[in-house]
Amino acid sequence: MTSLPKVPTPKRLGLVIDLDTCVGCHACAVSCKEWNTAGYHAPLPDTDPYGKDVDGVWLNRVHGFETGLDSKTGGDGEKAGRTVYFPRSCLHCEDAPCVTVCPTGASYKRTEDGIVLVDEDICIGCKLCSWACPYGAREFDTDGGVMKKCTLCIDRIYNDNLEPEDRQPACVNACPARARHFGDFNDPESAVSKLTVERGGVELMPELGLKPTNRYLPPRQPAATGAVGRLDDAPTSGGFLDWIDRVLSR
Amino acid sequence: MHPAYSVIFLTTATGAGYGLLALLGLLRALDRLPHDPAFGLLALGLSLALITAGLLISTAHLGRPERSWRAFGQWRSSWLSREGVLAVATYIPALLFALGWLVLQRHDGAWVQVGWLAAVMALATVYATAMIYRSLAAIPRWHHPLVAPGYLILALATGAVWLNAVLTPFTDSHELVKAICFAALAGGWLVKISYWRAIDNAQGESSAASAIGLGEVPGFDQVRPLDPPHVQDNYLLKEMGYTVARKHADKLRRLTHLLAFLAPLVLIIIQTASSGIVGLAAAALAAVCVSFGVIIERWLFFAEAQHKVMLYYGADRV
Ligand code: SF4
Ligand code: SF4
Repeated sequence: MTSLPKVPTPKRLGLVIDLDTCVGCHACAVSCKEWNTAGYHAPLPDTDPYGKDVDGVWLNRVHGFETGLDSKTGGDGEKAGRTVYFPRSCLHCEDAPCVTVCPTGASYKRTEDGIVLVDEDICIGCKLCSWACPYGAREFDTDGGVMKKCTLCIDRIYNDNLEPEDRQPACVNACPARARHFGDFNDPESAVSKLTVERGGVELMPELGLKPTNRYLPPRQPAATGAVGRLDDAPTSGGFLDWIDRVLSR
Repeated sequence: MHPAYSVIFLTTATGAGYGLLALLGLLRALDRLPHDPAFGLLALGLSLALITAGLLISTAHLGRPERSWRAFGQWRSSWLSREGVLAVATYIPALLFALGWLVLQRHDGAWVQVGWLAAVMALATVYATAMIYRSLAAIPRWHHPLVAPGYLILALATGAVWLNAVLTPFTDSHELVKAICFAALAGGWLVKISYWRAIDNAQGESSAASAIGLGEVPGFDQVRPLDPPHVQDNYLLKEMGYTVARKHADKLRRLTHLLAFLAPLVLIIIQTASSGIVGLAAAALAAVCVSFGVIIERWLFFAEAQHKVMLYYGADRV
């Protein structure tokens, strides 16, 4: 059924991704590829993997951006230019257009937890869902002739054969910077809900009104870290350090 | 968007076929067409051949064509599914219409009135095709109020010019069909000019900053791409990243003005002023011109459409 769930789903499972701490190491993307090429969406094929025209299906891709280019922040006139690494995957939107356009019912949103999935046994590979997603979260498998997307690791998060601490999406487990968090956004006490409130978590392309579940935590303002200020006004408190400072400043 | 030939052929061939079917149904129900079954065979045969070829070719771009029957299931939400259902359902009145005309040779009553139903369903199918594109907010140049009127009027225009061509050997006086040609071509031209003007002036609603969530975050609302996630084209870039250079697009737009609109209008005027073989040649040439013109128009409809995912790959605003 490609009509969206009529009532709000009791759980809204999704990710919080911290753009402040993500270091752009691609561990989440690699670990996603590794898990999913053997899991629900197996395989995630590569064409010409060792040749000149490498191509393949990835459900998570990490883009690097420069930001803070022209703005003055922190009150001291310093430019806040910095790098932001941005991992991009399905946001499990509430008003998911990829689901409603699907002619077969292969794309659907689960009524219990809001996860958006593709049933590969039904998909005819018309690609319309990938056109409908503004975030580029769906990639076509040219070998299987069907569409692939992030499953929120449905075969991990409910998997009783795994240790409880491993029942999270592979990307969350792999992140060495702890920039990725998984949980239920309907539970105000969950880590993802709290982080979203504390850090002002944002939606992607809010102007489209698709109500994506995943939230991104914006980079912290430089003033809040004090990094710029510390370099400028070293305290002159007298004593040994002050003496060294005077000697070196001569 | 990548201009896939199967989809371009699907929308132009079925457009012409359904436009022709709609006009045949309508004009015969109003008793404004010759009863000659030879004409009926030519005109209806052409229409159904265009429709059927378009629909069959369209399955070529599916990853799993053998499952295409599943596409009829989700008509409650999906315009692609509605298109499929309407396309198949339209065969019922169309074939009844053909049966009455060509086999039973009945020229009144229900056998003729079923033409109304064929006409309405043919146009509804074209509308559903247009709405597949019109409903995609991720592609602003498709998510535009002039898209559905454009598809409908171009379907009628190509259908009318083809009807004019197949009608010419059978009768000299079909002023009504010529009038429909003029009206539909002029209307189509107007819609296309307004559409191109609108998309050229549109400011994209989304920016690279809003795409990564920082559009409203003070200090970080200006972004530019630094490291791409991959260095070779992936599915997204191949499917959504197609761009056509401004100067090529301009050239193709001029060619569309010429072939889809100006040439058929002039040729039908020439046809009206002449007779015999010259008139027939002008009418046939008009049909060839409008078909090539609409194919170029449709190619541009894809090639000029920008997808919002390109904001992650270097686009400023979409
Ligand atoms: S991010 Fe794209 S694929 Fe995922 S639910 Fe939203 S629209 Fe669908
Ligand atoms: S590609 Fe598959 S999942 Fe996507 S819209 Fe078509 S049938 Fe549905």
